[in-house]
Amino acid sequence: MIKETKVIELEAVTIRFSGDSGDGMQLTGTLFSDATALIGNDISTFPDYPSEIRAPQGTVGGVSGFQVHFGKRKIHTPGDKAHVLVAMNPAAIKANVMFLERSATIIYDSDSFTERNFLKAKFKTNEPFEELNLIDHPKIAVPITSLTKEALVDREMDNKAVLRSKNMFALGLVSWIFNRPLKVIEDALSLKFGKNPDVLESNILVLHAGFNYGMNMQHTTPQYIVPAAEIEKGTYRNINGNVATAWGMLAAAEKAGVQLLLGSYPITPATEILQALSERKDLGVKTIQAEDEIAGICSALGASFAGSLGVTSTSGPGLALKSEAINLAVMAELPLVVVDVQRGGPSTGLPTKTEQADLLQALWGRNGESPLVVIAASTPSDCFDYAYIASKIALERMTPVLLLTDGFLGNGSEPWKIPSMADLQKITPRIAKNQEEFKAYRRPDDSLAREWAFPGMEGFEHRIGGLEKDEMGNVSHDPSNHQEMCEIRAKKIENVVDMVPDLETYGCPEGDVLIVGWGGTFGHLISAARDLCAEKKPVGLAHFNYINPLPANTAEVFSRYKKIIVCELNLGQFATYLRSKFPQFTYHQHNKVQGLPFSVGEIMESVTKLLED
Amino acid sequence: MTTFTYTAKDFKSENEVRWCPGCGDHAILNAVQRVMADLGYNKADYAIVSGIGCSSRFPYYMNTYGFHTIHGRGSAIATGVKTANPRLQVWQFTGDGDALAIGGNHFIHMIRRNVDVNVILFNNKIYGLTKGQYSPTTDRGFRTKTSPFGTVEDPFVTGQLVLGARGTFFARSIDGNMKMSQEIFRDAALFKGTSVVEVLQNCVIFNSGVHEFVTKGDDREDKQIFLRHGEKMIYGVNQDKGLVLENGKLKAVTIGQDGYTLDDILVHDDKEESIYLHAALINAQLPELPVAFGVIRAVDSPTYDEALEAQISEVQQTRKITCMDELLHSGNTWEV
Repeated sequence: MIKETKVIELEAVTIRFSGDSGDGMQLTGTLFSDATALIGNDISTFPDYPSEIRAPQGTVGGVSGFQVHFGKRKIHTPGDKAHVLVAMNPAAIKANVMFLERSATIIYDSDSFTERNFLKAKFKTNEPFEELNLIDHPKIAVPITSLTKEALVDREMDNKAVLRSKNMFALGLVSWIFNRPLKVIEDALSLKFGKNPDVLESNILVLHAGFNYGMNMQHTTPQYIVPAAEIEKGTYRNINGNVATAWGMLAAAEKAGVQLLLGSYPITPATEILQALSERKDLGVKTIQAEDEIAGICSALGASFAGSLGVTSTSGPGLALKSEAINLAVMAELPLVVVDVQRGGPSTGLPTKTEQADLLQALWGRNGESPLVVIAASTPSDCFDYAYIASKIALERMTPVLLLTDGFLGNGSEPWKIPSMADLQKITPRIAKNQEEFKAYRRPDDSLAREWAFPGMEGFEHRIGGLEKDEMGNVSHDPSNHQEMCEIRAKKIENVVDMVPDLETYGCPEGDVLIVGWGGTFGHLISAARDLCAEKKPVGLAHFNYINPLPANTAEVFSRYKKIIVCELNLGQFATYLRSKFPQFTYHQHNKVQGLPFSVGEIMESVTKLLED
Repeated sequence: MTTFTYTAKDFKSENEVRWCPGCGDHAILNAVQRVMADLGYNKADYAIVSGIGCSSRFPYYMNTYGFHTIHGRGSAIATGVKTANPRLQVWQFTGDGDALAIGGNHFIHMIRRNVDVNVILFNNKIYGLTKGQYSPTTDRGFRTKTSPFGTVEDPFVTGQLVLGARGTFFARSIDGNMKMSQEIFRDAALFKGTSVVEVLQNCVIFNSGVHEFVTKGDDREDKQIFLRHGEKMIYGVNQDKGLVLENGKLKAVTIGQDGYTLDDILVHDDKEESIYLHAALINAQLPELPVAFGVIRAVDSPTYDEALEAQISEVQQTRKITCMDELLHSGNTWEV
């Protein structure tokens, strides 16, 4: 079943700036709105002053807010609830709880988290987030006060004047996160403070300090996805893609009854997977923060050799470094999950921005004939499902599995109906049972997967390695053996197709145009398809999660439409792959490499044009 | 713990040993197999890990679990094996190129973490498998296929690198000296932590005789000192030479000459945390000083693999979340 989902496009986000009435929140909100309007968005704003003009500082009564809702399409309201809250003190968080979306990101001044301020805001404990039930909200803690002071250290200003500039730091940071140009804000500031060049200069200095801080900390743009249709009954929680990925692997290890070991190296935007699993000592997970990307995957592979589920997480540049070890996993035929949270490339590229340009690296970026399973998640919460299935395939078919997510999914969050472990598919690791029959590369059934025997299991001692070998695992340089082994390894991966569900379509089951997508673009593509169908256009959507092997019915689905358009956040990698697999079809393309997700509008436009051509 | 009875033969695999005739590796293999038979650990608990190079063919010749991996990454893979299951006996076989060039980063970080792995590093100061290029331990000025006019770079001293990486165990042996190697390998196996044993190994084809000025000759015992914890630093064909510390430096003296008596001779303490004397012993060079062999350093320190398991059990004693279902329902949830 295709789950209907809707992304909240960044052009329709509601931000609420909130702080003490003396913190300059109205100015901050106004400047952000101006910058937003000037880059062509429609906006609607809502200032929310405290009822008392000078309520005591730091109290809930003294909180002043400014809400801005901006969007590409016509925006009619300032937004019911905020997706982002910028809070200058604990009282501002408390005052706005009722105005927050379930998955709203909270950006706050961590310097303001003092016992004094907790008391003033009438918190009972020093854990405001716990008290307000906001534990799972994405949070960005920034020492705004001290960083503002530091930025102005050379300017001989009195403390009061320095503190008045804090709002500019927050504004700079939010401008980085939402790609607002500082130039527009600077111009507005010049108009306002033109007569007071000292104030103007210090404001601009702090504005830039906030912007640069966002860049240095690699803060990414938060993404929000909500259910489009009526949702099923059940217990829900919010989850983002990176945590869902971590938990999916954890769930698989528990289900399979094996230990989970993650070897990884911090890299934006994948680091949170390492963090999320490092927190789970309570569930017995072992994590190694390795000295580099190579050691990350090598320690994971060592763990797989020793009988654990070894997993590693990274982004594009790290995947490049891991290629050699992935190939060792291909050759040794060990279970291994490699997660690539894709970001803008090549090289360091756009570390905080999203892209889908690692696809061909994942499929083909290794020396020799190196087949492996490639899977892509399509929403933040289904990162759990695909991390789970990736682990299942790895353990049952003795192969490395590469799971592609991306920055949009990794940092995006959505409400998720919590699954029950009992309902998840069974996982049976392919552990060898019979010493007499065991040979390192014996393939007991049609899947062609070998058996797993690991140190500690008596009577199964054997050697494996990166050299070509025969069935016994002995090194072999025999020419025909090499060909046979290459073909077996390829066939083994093709055979995974029996674990791959058929491709489903959304919208018209046959018709004029089939929109084809894969991975993290699902939310935008289904929104576009839904809107097109609402306009009675003969359009369908086929979205791929299984890249290698492809679903068995792929060609049959393609044949039901007159035209196919492959939409992806790269210059045509999936289209290239499909052309190599099914050359009988013509593939139109819609490509975008701006470090940004699609907009629903641009997809609709491309498809409409193709319908008219 | 159950003790198993084996002979060295039990550790020999059916694979034909393909190192060159006369290669130093043969003797190292024999020594390792004898030590393993003698240790009495369950054969199924051994995991032999290697990278790439002549030395890295080792796992194929052992009738244990073995993983012949990729160039330089043996330490990282061994770290994963041991961390996944600290109850295993994990040995890494490597060479001067594999461990100190391409694998340098993994090598020093495994040592820094003190993962309980026994590393046998074959140092022949040359790349053998690629047929004779200089390595990171090749002496300055040495001529090889890629340094036809002599190298213009200084070599690593393996022991210095181990100390720099906060190594807890370092020992040195000679390929042909089976007795010495067996004693040292046994100590390395019993030591908890990363035990690095550098074996001066002879490549008969591309660098034959590179260690001979130390290892050969009737006077070789005058050129080597075999250190044992708690014993006086005495050596020599007649066992009349010894090491003393003078003006902060090691000095070789003859007992009974120049006023030196047996009491002046240093006693070897491999448990000393300070690296001062251990570094001096590692750096000792001919002709002023004999080359040091034996276990030079063996300082007890927590191992990574056990510390991680200890942390897990500590967290689990007070854990609120005991299974995946509980984790999934933790935090803020709501009903629809």
